[in-house]
Amino acid sequence: MKKLLAMLLALVMCLSLVACGAAEEPAEEPAEEPAAEEPAEEPAEEPAEETAAELKIGLICVHDENSGYDVAHIDGLKGACAELGIDLSAVTFKYNIPEDETCYDTAVDLAEDGCNLIFSDSYGHQTYMQQAAAEYPEITFVAATGDLAAPSGLTNLKNIFPYTYESRYVSGVVAGMKLKELMDAGTVTDPYVGYVGAFPYAEVVSGYTAFFLGIQSIVPEAHMDVQYTNSWYDPVAEGEAANALMSKGCVIIGQHADSTGAPSAVQAALDAGNVAYSVGYNIDMLAVAPTAALTSAQNNWSVLYAATIKAFQEGNVPTDYSAGSANNAVMISDLGPSCAEGTKEAVDAAWAGIADGSLKVFDTSKFTCAESADGSYTVDADGHVTSAFGLDTNGDWVNDAGEAVVDGAFVESTLRSAPYFALRINGITELN
Amino acid sequence: MKLSKEPLLRIAKRDEIARPKAYAIRIAAVLLSLIVSGLFIFAVTKLNPIAVYEAMFDGAFGSERRIWVTIRDAMMLLCIGVGLAPAFKMRFWNVGAEGQILMGGIATAGLMRMLGTSIPTPTLLCIMAVVSLVAGALWGIVPAAFKAYWNTNETLFTLMMNYVAIQLTSYCVALWENPKGSNTVGVINQATQAGWFPKIADQSYLLNVIIVMTLAVGMFIYLKYSKQGYEITVVGDSENTARYAGISVKKVTIRTMAISGAICGLAGFVAVAGASHTISTSTAGGRGFTAIIVAWLAKFNTFVMVLISFLLVFLEKGAIQIASQFNLNDFAADVITGIILFFILGSEFFINYRLILRGKEAGK
Repeated sequence: MKKLLAMLLALVMCLSLVACGAAEEPAEEPAEEPAAEEPAEEPAEEPAEETAAELKIGLICVHDENSGYDVAHIDGLKGACAELGIDLSAVTFKYNIPEDETCYDTAVDLAEDGCNLIFSDSYGHQTYMQQAAAEYPEITFVAATGDLAAPSGLTNLKNIFPYTYESRYVSGVVAGMKLKELMDAGTVTDPYVGYVGAFPYAEVVSGYTAFFLGIQSIVPEAHMDVQYTNSWYDPVAEGEAANALMSKGCVIIGQHADSTGAPSAVQAALDAGNVAYSVGYNIDMLAVAPTAALTSAQNNWSVLYAATIKAFQEGNVPTDYSAGSANNAVMISDLGPSCAEGTKEAVDAAWAGIADGSLKVFDTSKFTCAESADGSYTVDADGHVTSAFGLDTNGDWVNDAGEAVVDGAFVESTLRSAPYFALRINGITELN
Repeated sequence: MKLSKEPLLRIAKRDEIARPKAYAIRIAAVLLSLIVSGLFIFAVTKLNPIAVYEAMFDGAFGSERRIWVTIRDAMMLLCIGVGLAPAFKMRFWNVGAEGQILMGGIATAGLMRMLGTSIPTPTLLCIMAVVSLVAGALWGIVPAAFKAYWNTNETLFTLMMNYVAIQLTSYCVALWENPKGSNTVGVINQATQAGWFPKIADQSYLLNVIIVMTLAVGMFIYLKYSKQGYEITVVGDSENTARYAGISVKKVTIRTMAISGAICGLAGFVAVAGASHTISTSTAGGRGFTAIIVAWLAKFNTFVMVLISFLLVFLEKGAIQIASQFNLNDFAADVITGIILFFILGSEFFINYRLILRGKEAGK
């Protein structure tokens, strides 16, 4: 043992001796490098000079390719560039940028680096994007999923957000079909659904309500519990939340959180002999939950990125931009092998209904609410919502922009791109 | 049968090492680390190491803006290192800088939000500085007093104080959330910039440099030439000697930790008012621990700390740049930083000890 240690130390010393004599050695390094340098460097630089003079794009990601949400953005921007014939050398990706001052530093760094169109992908990035936007008025900053572009008054701060509620609704239809099959077979008597949410904020509320209404369109007596994790990406917490919901009796677990934590937990429960199925978000969950995953609600961000880049090239990026299934901006992933019979038809019918306007996701006749405590909405005797605030940007309980309920439905993502449906409807319980 | 054979290699403590030799060892370590991480870079990514090093340099000093960000972050690290120096010199293991920074940060952010509109910025800055000093000092005095009176373990105590401060910060973030639901405080006083460090000579971060460099010079003088600084050295070397010399160990312990905590609290003030204009649990961001390396490597010489702070920040910025320029993930970049740090820390071993090969005389 001692000898081994002695040998090791000898090795260390040899190395350090080499280093002592190596004052000249680094001079050797460059000599042998040029051979490797040429093929590695050249192709990266040349095309950059041709295309990047015009357009240089930066994307600030809150996580990296390990998070389904960020993958959707990274692939979205890459897809948009491929579609518009923009070389990827004109795009700088910045990964793992937390929602704090680092975002500001990164945005400014991209601006100084010559980017003229800078995206950020997470909600909490936006105030830092706003700060950078105020300092660099000639550069366009797009805070994806943000909602401060219009109220900020800055002409170079923009928001984009897809009609995620549409794909949520359709993924709810898939879940509803499964629930109905389980009940018809007598496997399940209580149509109890669980939902792993990130934060108690309109984007999440809008999503889970649409999901729930999708389920109720098939199983009207369904009810749902929502467990928040207070993080956009936390595989462990999402798995624990799913387990907690399943132990309460939930048989379908939906999610608005960015990891595969919940589907993995549901697959484990299914394998252990429980009845449990998962509806994911962002990415196809079949890889981690081959028999438990039914489908995932997905955003096709490339549509929004492509539209924004195109508008940028034409010189008129709208302050808020949103698009839905009509533009292929939202979809659901391939149906899993566990989906109930007839799911495909029900899904197609739902998409068709959304397309021709006969199906409104937030149809006020389809849900009820308790009396409003703060006056932000009104209900009739049955609890159906008759009017609701569009936007209350400063939280003073005064409607700032537009009526949200139009023609018997709450119209989402038209007054601004980010969701603002935050009504708590009957049948859904928030656990924390 | 021999009872003992001289080992192939022995390690002996060096009595003293000439300065040039110590620096030669350090420079050798840096060069060696560059070679080893160059090998790593080439083996894993097939990239040209020289290009990678160029990218690192570019990340830290590539533009005027980047230079200033590097300076700003180095000053932040230096400020904490300066705060830790007296405590560590006294052999009081203050691993609670994170908490002390956060307390100063919370105090600053809270005042900035509360008084931003009613008090002119210069006055507000003074108030915030004083309150953050007090908040940090408080976080330092508590473990010091327990150590002085009941001989509690200061390493555990200061470490646990960190968690209290982190939870307090989380609570404040939830309380001050803006916009609601974003789980971040956002940029405080974004429109008015009230309570932000003013630009000096058109540089946003020049005031940070002035404050921190003043502290660094002050601490150098305090430790080296003042009576209190001498007391700290004596207590650090031997408490019994200190007692014999009539130094009140209790008093020196508490006073020194008050100073240490206060400067770390002020670092929180500089971080919030002078750089981030927001507060989150990442305001300290592990720098309270990194600064321990700064203080130790510099042997509490605040001028050497400046160099080390810059080196560490350079490595950090370089790693970020490599990750984005070559589309590596950050972990590859962190490995490179890790290799370089390992060698630099390891070189201290060869400065303090020497290896003697079998057969060579011990006294060289």
